[in-house]
Amino acid sequence: MRAPTSLLPLRLEAVVFETAGRRIIRGISTTFRRGARTVILGPNGAGKSVLLRLCHGLLTPTSGAVTWNAPELPGAPRRQAMVFQRPVLLRRSALDNIRYALKVSGIRGREHEDRAFEALCKVGLEGHADRPARVMSGGEQQRLAMARVWALRPEILFLDEPTASLDPVATHEIERVILALHEAGTKIVMVTHNLGQARRLADEILFLYHGRLLERQPAHQFLKQPASSEAARFLEGELPW
Amino acid sequence: MSTIGEAAAQALALVTAGDPKLVAIVLLSLRVSLAAVVFGALIGLPFGAWLAVTDFPGRRAVIVMLNALMGLPSVVVGLVVYLLLSRAGPLGSWGILFTPTAMVIAQTILIAPTLAALSQQVVADGWGEYREQLRSLGETRLGAAMTLLWDLKFSLVTILLAGFGRAASEVGAVMIVGGNIDGVTRVMTTTIALETSKGDLPLALALGLVLLTIVLVVNAGAYVVKETAQHRYG
Repeated sequence: MRAPTSLLPLRLEAVVFETAGRRIIRGISTTFRRGARTVILGPNGAGKSVLLRLCHGLLTPTSGAVTWNAPELPGAPRRQAMVFQRPVLLRRSALDNIRYALKVSGIRGREHEDRAFEALCKVGLEGHADRPARVMSGGEQQRLAMARVWALRPEILFLDEPTASLDPVATHEIERVILALHEAGTKIVMVTHNLGQARRLADEILFLYHGRLLERQPAHQFLKQPASSEAARFLEGELPW
Repeated sequence: MSTIGEAAAQALALVTAGDPKLVAIVLLSLRVSLAAVVFGALIGLPFGAWLAVTDFPGRRAVIVMLNALMGLPSVVVGLVVYLLLSRAGPLGSWGILFTPTAMVIAQTILIAPTLAALSQQVVADGWGEYREQLRSLGETRLGAAMTLLWDLKFSLVTILLAGFGRAASEVGAVMIVGGNIDGVTRVMTTTIALETSKGDLPLALALGLVLLTIVLVVNAGAYVVKETAQHRYG
């Protein structure tokens, strides 16, 4: 069987998003290609999370277009995934949460079982396979959410502040899995408030301000010398995060 | 006062002796009401869950109507089912009027909207939390409805209980479509109504006691199940 044509690049053309009479995204055009780990930064209310949801298809743009190189077919397994700030897990065991995601993706049989358990091993939760997911700690729940993504092997992964409410140890674990996913070929697009994390993970940075994309720079360059005064103020902590 | 005291003593004696007539009435009541809960749940829960996760013009109107139907008077349901099943009615050929089957049909109609309306509320709350994740995974609306029903099953126990409570305690519908025939369609509520009007307080009181006990035991059981599950599964 021929491998499906890649989803990427993902193109955004003059994307605008309004809700309740407020314009959250004000005409963003950009392209996400395979490879580089992209981190989206910006002060509170810049529209970072909304941008991720527009890319992932959870929101529909008011105007403009979000187009994939080879769009997913309705009913076919998804080739993109998203990890939210607060993981949403079903009231069943850790392993069953992954099995569920695989089932929805249309992956069944032997491969289903192998992938589910392998994913738990990948995040160090193999000893917790039968534990109910909802009673795990916050860090374990987010690791399980990452395991679910690992099992799905998406082409592109959107992460919306996945470590915002985690302690440093749990944060480190999540970052390790993000890097492993990147190594395995998944395109990473992540929103974070943590500049240290951006330093550790980003190849390139998109800086959003009031719903506009003000900058797109290689990470080292942005963090050393941002082009816009807004980004400079943001890095100095003068804008609300 | 002494009459009531004597009646209560006789009632207790009937219960403790396991009076066959009493047992038959209790068993029929349970059979009819439990069957109605099962059929009501098969119709009401999926419909309520689907309504919670879907979007179509007029959805709000359907929800308002379902909520209104929760207060459906049981005698009206009884009357409508009676007209449908009576010899001259459109379903008269079935010949099931004044049978337990007719009582199950009436009670199912009575509680299905309640189960749908309540499950719609529970699933809608769950949908608020799960929506983005399930859509992200590529789950269909119908799949999401079923997933939520399964995931929220311990909250739905309370809803089933409300349905059972309504079915077991209503008297109007079963009286009309069952006919309160001794040994055939006589259930706890209709017997209590009849025996009280006849002045046979011991049997009425005994059945009242049993009815109360059943409701208490079922409630306590459901509470324990829900608490244990919540503690275990979060």
